[in-house]
Amino acid sequence: MLPIDASSNAPVYDELFRVLFSIGTSLFVGICGLLGYSLLRFRRRAGDLGDGLAIEENLPLEIIWTAIPAVVVLFIGIYSYDIYERMGGMTPLMDHSAMHAAMVAEAPTSGPSDAIDSGSDDKTAGTVISGVSTAAPTPPKERIWGGIGIANQPVEALTVEVTAMQFAFIFNYPDSKIISGELHVPVNRPVELRMKANDVIHAFWVPQFRLKQDIIPGQPTLLSFTPTRAGTYPIICAELCGPYHGGMRSSVVVHEAPEFEQWQQQQTPV
Amino acid sequence: MTTTSPGTLLSPSPEPSPSLQPQGWLKYFSFSLDHKVIGIQYLVCGFLFYLIGGLLAGLIRIELATPIADFLPRQTYNEVLTLHGTIMIFLWIVPVVNGGFGNYLIPFYVGARDMAFPRLNAVAFWMIPPAGLLLICSYFIAGAAQSGWTAYPPLSITTPAAGQIVWILSVLLLGSSSIFGGINFIATILKLRRPGLKMMQLPMYAWAMLGTSVLVILSTPVLAGTLILLSFDIIAHTGFFNPTLGGNVVVYQHLFWFYSHPAVYIMVLPAFGLVSEILPVHARKPLFGYTTMVFSILAIVFLGLIVWAHHMFTSGTPPWMRLFFTIATAFIAVPTGIKFFNWLATLWGGRIALNSAVLFSCAFIVNFVLGGITGVALAQVPFDIHVHDTYFVVAHFHYIVYGGTVFVIFASVYHWFPKMTGRMLNEPLGMVHFVLTFVGFNLCFGPQHWLGLNGMPRRVAEYDPQFTLINQLSSVGALLMALSTLPFLINVALSLSNGARAGDNPWRALTPEWLTSSPPPVENWTGEAPLVTRPYGYGRPLEATP
Repeated sequence: MLPIDASSNAPVYDELFRVLFSIGTSLFVGICGLLGYSLLRFRRRAGDLGDGLAIEENLPLEIIWTAIPAVVVLFIGIYSYDIYERMGGMTPLMDHSAMHAAMVAEAPTSGPSDAIDSGSDDKTAGTVISGVSTAAPTPPKERIWGGIGIANQPVEALTVEVTAMQFAFIFNYPDSKIISGELHVPVNRPVELRMKANDVIHAFWVPQFRLKQDIIPGQPTLLSFTPTRAGTYPIICAELCGPYHGGMRSSVVVHEAPEFEQWQQQQTPV
Repeated sequence: MTTTSPGTLLSPSPEPSPSLQPQGWLKYFSFSLDHKVIGIQYLVCGFLFYLIGGLLAGLIRIELATPIADFLPRQTYNEVLTLHGTIMIFLWIVPVVNGGFGNYLIPFYVGARDMAFPRLNAVAFWMIPPAGLLLICSYFIAGAAQSGWTAYPPLSITTPAAGQIVWILSVLLLGSSSIFGGINFIATILKLRRPGLKMMQLPMYAWAMLGTSVLVILSTPVLAGTLILLSFDIIAHTGFFNPTLGGNVVVYQHLFWFYSHPAVYIMVLPAFGLVSEILPVHARKPLFGYTTMVFSILAIVFLGLIVWAHHMFTSGTPPWMRLFFTIATAFIAVPTGIKFFNWLATLWGGRIALNSAVLFSCAFIVNFVLGGITGVALAQVPFDIHVHDTYFVVAHFHYIVYGGTVFVIFASVYHWFPKMTGRMLNEPLGMVHFVLTFVGFNLCFGPQHWLGLNGMPRRVAEYDPQFTLINQLSSVGALLMALSTLPFLINVALSLSNGARAGDNPWRALTPEWLTSSPPPVENWTGEAPLVTRPYGYGRPLEATP
């Protein structure tokens, strides 16, 4: 029922989906069954002008059907919170001002730096952010790094700057100075997209990664994920952005690590 | 008569005598002050806009029958989807479930001879046709708005200005009309109740309209303010929402959804109320759990005001905010669930007449439960970030507003047509209408859940060819839905002149609108307004006599 999973958080998402789907299906079938049974069992026979029983309320019953949905909903909420945390969504950096500050702070260093420097850039970004927003603790290292947040990672992340415009995505690799119309990433290495929009709101969506983030003019946004399966997947703009919105698509190519190196070498740096 | 009985204090005094008002069919084209005429004006006008909105939906489904954008020019496609959403929400569902049935029924339910402010009522209705015509004309004159019914800036600022400005003007007029209506309902329900009638004796639809009207007057002004700022950005090049001038586009989304999420409850709470009137009558049982029904309406009103940001989980909101809105949204399922269990309990052990009104009501339960379940799923941030802005969401909200509210509108027409016209609708034609609508609707929107989960975004004119077959299924469903309006229109046309005589109370119902002639006289009752303290007293000796 879902497309193939190709990022570290996709299996987590699919687990949530299975749970929600099971709960939802049982509720739906139960309620429809009860309704169908009532309609058949208690249908009015021709010529019957009588009334049903004058039952107006039943407190224990009403308490039960208030409590059960409340418990179910609470369970789903806590469970999806856990899932979200496992995806990395609860890590700070969602604060736009913080992220903006982070981007400004690292701007002077990121220009001339090469791959070795970018690690320190990430640390700078991390400290600025945690200084502004200290509400959520940094998740433990064994947590899957995906979702929308940023975290301190054992593996160094590949940073890609994404520019969205009517009606295309442009991917800029600041470390290797490559500009591409397609996103190429190595498998099993965290990727961090720093996204900005030139004109209107767009959205970056890869169904196989189960991830989506709006790209908002005036407010840079960030998306992190770790691809886990080599292949080519669509990148889809999911926010109405003008007449050619439906045609605003690109691809993300997930390479094995050596192939990715190869690809990088083939590109001419700008 | 007006001085002797307390029930008639409520007649608005300085009114032209009935003879000065146009009679016959002409009165429906006049500035009538009669709440019943205004109610029917809302219903018929709303239905005409439903046909136009449905035609636009048909154009969308024709375009989507093939994976390439080959039927409509791309700009026109965006104009069509914008008009479709705007018309269906602001000109069909909101006016019909609030203004239409509300105006017709609320004065009966409180034991009044008219609404509290009959002139305001007529003004509120007569703002709708010009606003609707304005919106539709914009397509032919300057090109309609292209930024969706959400009109998110900067798209709404950068697309052609004329269409967007007309769209704003039209929505402002419709919003004002809605606010006038809301004020009128609150005043009528709180202040025009027949002496002796307590709040906890009101039929459930009156409570639903009270809750809805509170939402209307709390949230609609926020939309109006937002759209006025947006129009400044477009006309005067201010920078409220324009990022190139330092504006913030996410602020617009917060303000927009502060109205537009409650708008969902403005569309479904009245439907909940109408179903609560229909089911007890045809099941011959009291409405189960009256008190919890009332409190669940109040809970939905309160929760409905604090969930708006669940539309913005991918807009870059802070984590704590996502968490708060997830929990608040999911908890709406609790009061909503109470209502559904109460309806099931109302049916349980009844003597249920399986007529068109009941079938449409029960299909509403099925559709809405499905829409509610996907709604709870969508409230979960990690679930939403995959399916947000996809056909999964399109399917979800059509299950709520069409599978929910529009099914209830049809149920209500079958239930109250005899009261409004004095004639019964034809049952076999009603069954055909029901089957076509139910099958067509589920065929159209059911498969769209799968499309969204698998990678089809919403508001596109072209899509990945792997989705062709499912989209064609959906389009066939849309065709069935279009066909389903034919038996309904034929039924209404035939029954108006040739339908079986309904008599005063063909359903042997106990709510007050049935305790007068069909159609009712100008001031609702020839004598004193009846005091109905047990509107759902089925299964016991009649205590509520006039």
